[in-house]
Amino acid sequence: MKMTYREAIRQAMFDALAADPRVFLMGEDVGRYGGSYACSKGFLEEFGAERIRDTPLSELGFVGAGIGAALGGMRPIVEVMTVNFSLLALDQIVNTAAALRHMSGGQFSVPLVVRMATGAGRQLAAQHSHSLENWYAHIPGIRVLAPATIGDARGMLAPALADPDPVVIFEHAQLYNLEGALPDDWRCDIATAAVRREGTDVSLITYGGSLPKVFAAAVQLAAEGIDAEVIDLRVLRPLDTETIAASLRKTHKAVVVDEGWKSGSLAAEVMARLVEECFYDLDAPPARVCSEEVPIPYARHMEEAALPQVPKIVSAARRMLGK
Amino acid sequence: MIEFTLPSLGADMDEGKLLEWKVSPGDTVKKGQVVAIVDTSKAAVDIEIWCEGTVFELLTEPDETIPVGTVMATLLEAGESAETAKRAPRAAPAPKAAATPSHPGPLPRHGGEGIVSGRRRVSPAARKHAEELGVDIETVAGSGPEGAVTLADVEQAAAAKVSPARTAAVTDKVADKAAAMRRAIAAAMGRSKREIPHYYLSEPVPMRRATEWLALANEGRPITARLLMAVLQLKAVALALRKFPEMNGFFRDGAFQPATAAHIGVAISLRQGGLIAPAIHDVGEKSLEQLMLDLADLVKRARAGSLRSSEMSDPTITVTNLGEQGVAAVYGVIYPPQVALVGFGRIGEQPWVENNALGVMPVATASLAADHRVSDGHRGALFLAALRDQLQEPEKL
Repeated sequence: MKMTYREAIRQAMFDALAADPRVFLMGEDVGRYGGSYACSKGFLEEFGAERIRDTPLSELGFVGAGIGAALGGMRPIVEVMTVNFSLLALDQIVNTAAALRHMSGGQFSVPLVVRMATGAGRQLAAQHSHSLENWYAHIPGIRVLAPATIGDARGMLAPALADPDPVVIFEHAQLYNLEGALPDDWRCDIATAAVRREGTDVSLITYGGSLPKVFAAAVQLAAEGIDAEVIDLRVLRPLDTETIAASLRKTHKAVVVDEGWKSGSLAAEVMARLVEECFYDLDAPPARVCSEEVPIPYARHMEEAALPQVPKIVSAARRMLGK
Repeated sequence: MIEFTLPSLGADMDEGKLLEWKVSPGDTVKKGQVVAIVDTSKAAVDIEIWCEGTVFELLTEPDETIPVGTVMATLLEAGESAETAKRAPRAAPAPKAAATPSHPGPLPRHGGEGIVSGRRRVSPAARKHAEELGVDIETVAGSGPEGAVTLADVEQAAAAKVSPARTAAVTDKVADKAAAMRRAIAAAMGRSKREIPHYYLSEPVPMRRATEWLALANEGRPITARLLMAVLQLKAVALALRKFPEMNGFFRDGAFQPATAAHIGVAISLRQGGLIAPAIHDVGEKSLEQLMLDLADLVKRARAGSLRSSEMSDPTITVTNLGEQGVAAVYGVIYPPQVALVGFGRIGEQPWVENNALGVMPVATASLAADHRVSDGHRGALFLAALRDQLQEPEKL
């Protein structure tokens, strides 16, 4: 069945709300407006104002309320408009949600799901375009997901809600309009990385909004006789080191593509693990294609230049193969 | 900019360990000057330089083991300044042969203008795989980014590893000197017997005249100045070679290159085992007295392990004399890329028919092992006969 990524997210939430009375959705514009990205269109009518709750513009407040509800036995889905705004709720997520199980000696858990959009590419400038997933992936006590396919958009929410601990889900804003076939069996785990394309010459490791670009690069490389393997991390914390290591042991070369900035990035973490785990399997220094180290610009041509793009990925892979 | 590379001092040398630099940056050097001492598996050799200039950079550190062909130092030519030289592109030395890919040389390091990285670019996977396959990574040319040696390069090298000689030449860091020399000899002799179609000839040479002449010549000389029969034999070989240039020179790249002078390699057995065959230069042009001095000096220095690079790399033919060990004759293995080897057995008394009468004659068997790609048995026989005749006229030597 063909559908958009947005529709897959919507169906996943609809199912969750219908299946479990403890589940409710809370966030800015999720109710009457139908969601900033229209992921909850029609929900207010379907489930009522008790379960589809519009909030004031206070991330600190409503994420904290979500934590309280989770502690009280509910299964809240809190939507934050973008990761940029979520910094206002970092205290709630990092100091409270992630820490409570540990600080209470296991007496409390916070079964909270926080969804947020991330990434650039829509000319929304530096306050709406950053990719700060790695800030969350740094924190023990939370699970961080990055659905990059229609299947994962549809399948990841249910296990996230079933997780007794906080889960943060990043939806790249460029993916909402992505259209594709929903696999028959879209149920999935939230623990492993996925090999999206098998190849033998180089591993292209990515996640989230960069996956379509990496696919396009792999197709272009294939035309040049370079057989690239595409790895979708899917789960940014805890990282599935084994899958990426297995891929590297096969291809011996890795290009990590991450829309975050290089410095202190997830790409850096992936590279570090490859070097730690697979040093003697490396046939070339691992390479990264990341965003330029600038606040994402507004002007279209500058924004495009700042982001990882297919030609950059292709040329990084070529260089690695000495071509 | 002149690049000074580690020379090959023989077919059995793949690498060498720098023991000491004899020059420093800023020194001017002349042709033939000893600039470094390098330990081969056989000896510590004084390495001479064959160009003139000013030492600019020393790129190899003492105790570093480097493959033949590695740029060890750069020199400024007359009129060149450090600034112009720094900007000069550093070319990799050309591979010496297809079968033995050479070290591409140090590569410029990222970001640092003119700074040269001391370590080759070898991917960790390539290094590990080379160990598993027993491939000497230093002999593998790199095709990866910035000349790095990759897995594919190692696999290719392993597939192309025609010569077990290369495996034999892999230096085992812990193996002792004797084992390293054994391997070097194994590599060179293995190559010789694989590549060179040897033919063998021998001829009994009457030695009465030479023996009597020598006894007379040595009369009145102090023991230290006495001539040895070996010197007469060397000179006789050198003179005979003048008429048979196809015995003297190198077979390289599928063709014979005759030598212009007879630099005779003298096989010298070493006390710790093994042997070495450094050259006495221009044997045909030297007096017996001079040759005796040269031979004594050469033997002394060979056993002390201090030979010059030109002595190691120059021999155009080898002479081996196992007479003292008491064998009647020796049939040698040619030292590639040379094309001939002359052997002498002991001088022993034999029944000998001369002028229709049976008598007793001191006789030494001279033998020739020669490369059939270069010469034929007919010419070899004539050469051996000429050698025999030379020894019948010792006064003309």
